[in-house]
Amino acid sequence: MSPIELATSDGTRLSEAQADAALAVRGMTVSYGQKPAVFSVDMTVPAGSMTAIIGPNGAGKSTLLKAALGVITPLAGTAQVFGQPVAQARARIAYVPQRASVDWDFPTRVLDVVLMGLYRELGLLGRLRGAHKAKAMECLERVGMQDFARRQIGQLSGGQQQRVFLARALAQNADLYLLDEPFAGVDAATEKAIIDVLQALRAEGKTVVAVHHDLSTVADYFDRVFLINTTRVAEGTVEQAFTPQRLQEAYGGRLATAQLGQTALGA
Amino acid sequence: MLWSALTLQLGYNATLVTLGAMLLGIAAGVTGTFLFLRKRALVSDAISHATLPGVGIAFIIMVALGGDGRSLLGLMLGSAASAWVGLLCIGALTRRTRLAEDAAIGAVLSVFFGIGIVLLTFIQTMSEGRQAGLEGFLLGSTAGMLYSDAVIIAVGGAVVLGAVIAFRRPLSAVAFDPEFAASSGLNVPRLDLIMMGLVMAITVVGLKIVGLILIVALLIIPPVTARFWSERVTGVLWVAGFVGGAAGFVGAALSAVAPALPTGPVIVLVLFSMFALSLLFAPARGVLAAVLKHLSFQRRVHIRQGLLALAQGQPIYEKLTLRLLRRAGLARADGVATTDGKARAAKALRDERRWQMARSREEFALAATFYDGLTEIEGVLTSDQIDELDRLIGPPTGVQV
Repeated sequence: MSPIELATSDGTRLSEAQADAALAVRGMTVSYGQKPAVFSVDMTVPAGSMTAIIGPNGAGKSTLLKAALGVITPLAGTAQVFGQPVAQARARIAYVPQRASVDWDFPTRVLDVVLMGLYRELGLLGRLRGAHKAKAMECLERVGMQDFARRQIGQLSGGQQQRVFLARALAQNADLYLLDEPFAGVDAATEKAIIDVLQALRAEGKTVVAVHHDLSTVADYFDRVFLINTTRVAEGTVEQAFTPQRLQEAYGGRLATAQLGQTALGA
Repeated sequence: MLWSALTLQLGYNATLVTLGAMLLGIAAGVTGTFLFLRKRALVSDAISHATLPGVGIAFIIMVALGGDGRSLLGLMLGSAASAWVGLLCIGALTRRTRLAEDAAIGAVLSVFFGIGIVLLTFIQTMSEGRQAGLEGFLLGSTAGMLYSDAVIIAVGGAVVLGAVIAFRRPLSAVAFDPEFAASSGLNVPRLDLIMMGLVMAITVVGLKIVGLILIVALLIIPPVTARFWSERVTGVLWVAGFVGGAAGFVGAALSAVAPALPTGPVIVLVLFSMFALSLLFAPARGVLAAVLKHLSFQRRVHIRQGLLALAQGQPIYEKLTLRLLRRAGLARADGVATTDGKARAAKALRDERRWQMARSREEFALAATFYDGLTEIEGVLTSDQIDELDRLIGPPTGVQV
């Protein structure tokens, strides 16, 4: 199916500009059981942007990301990456799942985890060579973890675990980086280190999308916002979409108006 | 006799069986490692029990077709088919009903095993069935094994081992982080199916030697034992292969000496002894190491607390603290510090003051994360940084010892 023929959920056709987007999600619906977690969501992430996906707990932020990646199978909808179906664009995507999604007592060392980011280019029977290890070390250096390469992963703090996951994504050498709550439960130094890496990626022309939960840092860290509460509430630049009115729509009564006024722009 | 069995001097056939069992053990240990890392150990128990109806049906079909029914290859094909059906049942029950996987495993395991036992009882009433020796598939037996059987087992084990080694990277990626694996384009359900297929192959190949009731031990105990010795997947694979291979070798050799002894239980006992040794004595993760580590940590805490109390002229109430200080020659029985103790106490207090200062200053924030009440600050900061701390603390305020 060519991208031009792809119909969006509201019946309009995808324009050529949207087909060039780093990530274009159309009519995505995901359901665990009978109640949709994400319903008919369209999302367009321009190449070279840095987007925060925000919304209340259980709004479907992580689910949307996983469905777009094909990690979970959606009930309906499609996702395209740089105009190609996700399955054909894997080499251009890097993913940082939630830290809590894995067992940290797994018998592996920090360097081995980062090397997992190179498995795709290595193939089934390719040999791990010194060059691969050097590349993995370089990625660890970018997140300030080079001294921990030989540590067992169970000995890391939460922030260090998150940095290792980011290093693994860097090893994938992608154009689109998707991160699920990269700042959840990390220390201040790690948060700074991660945002520095992400902003450096954007400076290189890469596209960054992160599920984010801290409204107070949205305007500092990101240039675009995608507000979701099962359905799409707003999408656009921080100035357009990160407004008290839109946040109220997304969060409903769960966010005090005073808090909204402090965090959002245009208050 | 036992010695000649262990050194492979019981003749060509027994030697071949022993080597076949060893190869099977290596393959089972390595395959089981991924099962263990993926936390699906119990599925293998269901797979092995689900082989029994296949054994019975294959025997009946072969007899009906005019064969003698005991062809190992035929029985293996039958057991593989019914194990596959059992696996599909577990998958369908988990996906299509609200049953959790453990319930599905329990249901499939018992129902298939029940059907198998009924079939075996029926076969006993057949004229061809009495000498079939199918009970040997329950607990394993090397008695009366043919040369061709041993070759099938050895080749089967080698093929599975090769396949597992080829798939080691995707299998460990899926076991560690299935979501990331899926995002990088690995087909997680298909890799799980491949893993289950390999486990099934091991089960079928090992049926004759180990028996279906205990084959799960050959898959699971080696990786569990190996985990005590290594913090890397590669290391666990090597040790698990070694443990499985050793158990297969010793089990089959013992069985050659005492043919009445079922091979499966012998192999399990060998496995268990290796597991128990590892549990107790493994250097980093073993029980003994953990106890020693805890005791040494406790000792350091008590001495440090005791020294700080001495330095500040506080009485020491805890008996353990006093005993440890006395044994280290730092204090007398009445709680008064020795000369050595006074020096160490003053040093501990100075260290603690420096830490306090470091933790209160933003510029030392990174170093402050190393504070645990025990580490000496001189191992964390450079001497010029410590000079800076001392300058901030100011002149000594008369430490009373």
